[in-house]
Parts: sequence; structure tokens; C-alpha cells
Amino acid sequence: MKLKKNIAVSENGFLFDPHSGESYSLNKTAQLIVKLISEGKTEVEIMNSIMKKYDVESSALQRYLDDFIMMLHQMNLLEKEDN
Amino acid sequence: MKKLKFERPVINHINAGVPDKFGRGTTIQAISDIEDIAVEDFLSQYGSPLYVISEKIIRDTYREALSAFKTRYPKVQFAWSYKTNYLNAVCKIFHQEGSWAEVVSGFEYEKAIANGVPGSKIIFNGPDKSKEDLKRAIENGSLIHIDHFDELYDIMNIAPKTGKKAKVAIRVNMDAGIYPHWDRFGFNYENGEAWTAINKIMPNTDMELIGLHTHIGTYIMTPTAYAIAVSKLAALAVRIKIKYDYHLKYLDLGGGFASKNTLKGAYLPGSDTCPSFDDYAKAITDALNNSDIQYDHMPTLFLETGRALIDDAGYLLGTVLANKRLLDGRRSLIIDIGVNNLFTSFWYEHQIVPTKIKQRDTEDTTIYGPLCMNIDIIRAAVQFPLLEKGDQVVIKRIGAYNMTQWLQFITYRPKVVLIDLDGKTHVIRENETHESMNALDKIPDHLKEIQL
Repeated sequence: MKLKKNIAVSENGFLFDPHSGESYSLNKTAQLIVKLISEGKTEVEIMNSIMKKYDVESSALQRYLDDFIMMLHQMNLLEKEDN
Repeated sequence: MKKLKFERPVINHINAGVPDKFGRGTTIQAISDIEDIAVEDFLSQYGSPLYVISEKIIRDTYREALSAFKTRYPKVQFAWSYKTNYLNAVCKIFHQEGSWAEVVSGFEYEKAIANGVPGSKIIFNGPDKSKEDLKRAIENGSLIHIDHFDELYDIMNIAPKTGKKAKVAIRVNMDAGIYPHWDRFGFNYENGEAWTAINKIMPNTDMELIGLHTHIGTYIMTPTAYAIAVSKLAALAVRIKIKYDYHLKYLDLGGGFASKNTLKGAYLPGSDTCPSFDDYAKAITDALNNSDIQYDHMPTLFLETGRALIDDAGYLLGTVLANKRLLDGRRSLIIDIGVNNLFTSFWYEHQIVPTKIKQRDTEDTTIYGPLCMNIDIIRAAVQFPLLEKGDQVVIKRIGAYNMTQWLQFITYRPKVVLIDLDGKTHVIRENETHESMNALDKIPDHLKEIQL
């Protein structure tokens, strides 16, 4: 899982995609996940670091993370992976 | 170290479009209770989904409407429009407040009689009155509002056999300056059909023309249209006085007042654009007071307002069944309230809110009902908080038409609960069950056995 090149995220949670020219807003949790993805973390590592910081159960987090990653794919913000 | 409160990750596309000049926000206010009773308690006690009706709102709204008219014109009589909501408990509240009954079928007529309304205080409208219906209405002295010539001829035949004079009015349709022009009910004013009908009734000794009726349309946003309707009915009343030296006892302006619900495609919310009872009352009573009807023979003003009197009193409570992503990435929410329970969602953008807001983020969401049907859409696009399976929602302003036009489809219809003036709850209609649904079915002998 890799964020597309040149995607910029501001401290306030604004994300700009220079490929499409589109802007997005992220809440705090989403910002953290995008940051971890850009650092090259795996899904398991992302889960662990969020659970260390936030009060959330792993089954619920897994659901939200799946949904969020699907949205990132939908918005063309992640590199396409070869299956 | 204490862990931080978790919020679901949310990413929203920013649309750089021009904001509209009214700058409406998308803030959603949760509704956690109805008249101090928690939605959670309602649903755990009575099941989900659930209709809830407030007796207080019904009585307050009725009194507000009555006062708007009575302070301007003393001879006012409301008749409760049964088709808008004919749950017996609801009808009885209106009857306790002094409303007569306005019915449009033999079925509704029987309900009104069973609710204790005297026959002489039932207004019988509509195009479908059987000969038996007409006979009973004539014998009971009900006010029969004639819809077409075939009905007029039926009454001419039936009335002499009952030994009673039929008390009648005619329904008049007209150009009241609004679109659509309803011409399918009653006799037309402009082409002289209404006057022709009057000239058939007046000389007939088996009928007595008591009043005139019109109903110019539904969800009328223009009070002046009612003023035009009054002036046309008043012109007929004056013409009757001149030709027959006879004073009509009432003019019935029907219903059609808008409620605060927002129609699909409307630019502004209905709560901002809906005229008040005072707006309607002023237009109607000014036109009456300024008409050429003789001052000491002013007719009683009948009103058959339905929607505007009951919509606000009804709530529909339900539960989230699932979240899903649509092909384009939009969120969709499936709730246990379908179009079978919320028929008015076909023409209203109903206000739907959660019972609690766990985080402020919203997403463009499509809200679906539970039916296995593509048309089962409660809201096609609404900025909505992220709810989870089991969370509860409230839909406001559903008191009109949903408990009469509801569909028995795929599943059982739920209970209806009334909150009385002391805050006590009463089931006023039970939910359907396998037994109640099957009670009307019959199976021929040759189909009783099956082997698979």
C-alpha cells in the first residue's frame, strides 16, 4: 500500500492531489493513517500504532480502516497494486 | 497513559463550487428524546421501527389554526380529513377539539360513525359513493358534496325513497391562478358547469343545497389562491340569492394548506417557506368579508385541513441495519424504515437525524430502506453523520398520509404509539403479525397439501 507521489497533506488536514487537482479534508484519525501509509507502514503496523494511541477495539478499527482504504483507492490516492 | 477518544477516519472531497447565498450549514442536531421520553426506550419497549404521535402537538396545532380563523371570522368549522390520518385515536382527538369528520369513502364514513360522530356532522366528499353509501348519508342527514352529474342523478333517484331531503353541496373546480389546475373533481366554475348543476338542484324538492365546496389543490404555497377561490364561490352564492332568493349556509374551502416538510426539488426548506395559518386565514377571511354576500347572511366557513394539522405531530423512529459503499465511493446507510412505512418520501426530502452524534464529521450519504427493491430510498443525498449498525434515527413530520397510505409489503407494519398530555404512552395501533396477515387469506382445498 503506497500513497501516490507528490500528494501533499497540510497540518490542518487538507490533502492536495496534484495529479487530479482535487482537494480533500481529513479528520485527525485520517491524517494519522495517511501519515503512516506515507511512511510505508503495513496495515498491521497502522492498526497497532492507532490502538496504542486511541481507545478502540481491533475489530471495529479493522472495519473502519478497510472502509477508509477503500475510499483512498476510490479517490485514486493510492498506487495501484498488482494482484 | 490514558488513551485518546477514537474517531472514525474520514476523508471528504472538497467541492470548490460557489456557496449558495443563504449559506445554509450542514449541522445536524440529534434528537435523543420525544417529549422527554428517550428514543432508545421507545424502541426497546415497542420495537423498531415505530410510529410515535404527540397528542400535545395535535391539540396545539389545531388550536393555533382555529384561533387564526376565529379571530378574523367567527363562523368557522373544521372537519377532520380522515384520509390524512384515520387512526381512531387521532380522529377522536380532533373530534374532542370540535372537528367534524370529512370522509371520502364508505369505509371512512363507517369509521366516522363508529368514532361517535353524528351523521349530520359528517361531510361526504369524493368521486366514489355507492348507492348504499348515498342512501345511508341521506338518511343520516350528512352533507353530501356532489362530485359529478351521475352522482347528482343517483341522489335524485334515491332521496324520494328515503322520505328525507338530501342535504347537498356541489364541489366546484376553478382556475385559482395556480398550477396544476385540478379539474378532475367537481363541476367547473368558468365553463358554467357548476351553475348548471346548481340549477338542477335548486328546483328539486328532494334535495336542499346547503353549501358550496372547493378544494383547489394540495400543498398550496400561495394563500392568495384561496382568496380567488372564495371570491368565485361567493359570486355563485350571490347569484343563487338573486335567482332563488335563497341564502347558502356554508362555503367549504377544503384543505391543501402546506406543511413544513420540504418538497423534492425545492430550493429552500419547507420550514422557511411554508405560509402560516395566519397567512391562509387572512387571505380567506378578507375575501369573505369583502364579498357581496349580505352581511347578516354570512355563511359558515368550513375547512378540511389535514396535512398542516397533523404532519408535525408524527415521528418515525428506526434503527441502522448496515453501512455500505456505493460504486462511486458514496456512503450508503440502510435503515429499517422503508418507503412502505414512509410513503411521503416519494415527494418529500424528509428530515432524518440520529439520536446521538458521536463525531461531527458528515459524509454525503444515500439512505436506503430495508426492502429488497431499488426504489426504496428514504434520502437520495444528504450530508449525514457516520452511524453504525444498531444506531437509531428519527424522521420528523410524518403524521400526514403515512398511516393511511402505508403499504403492507414484504414485512409487517409496526406499532403506532401516542404520547398523551401527561407524557404517558399508549399503543394506538398494534403491529401486524403472521396471524393477522394470514387471517384474510383463503386456500382452496386442492392447494392445501404440497410435497417438495
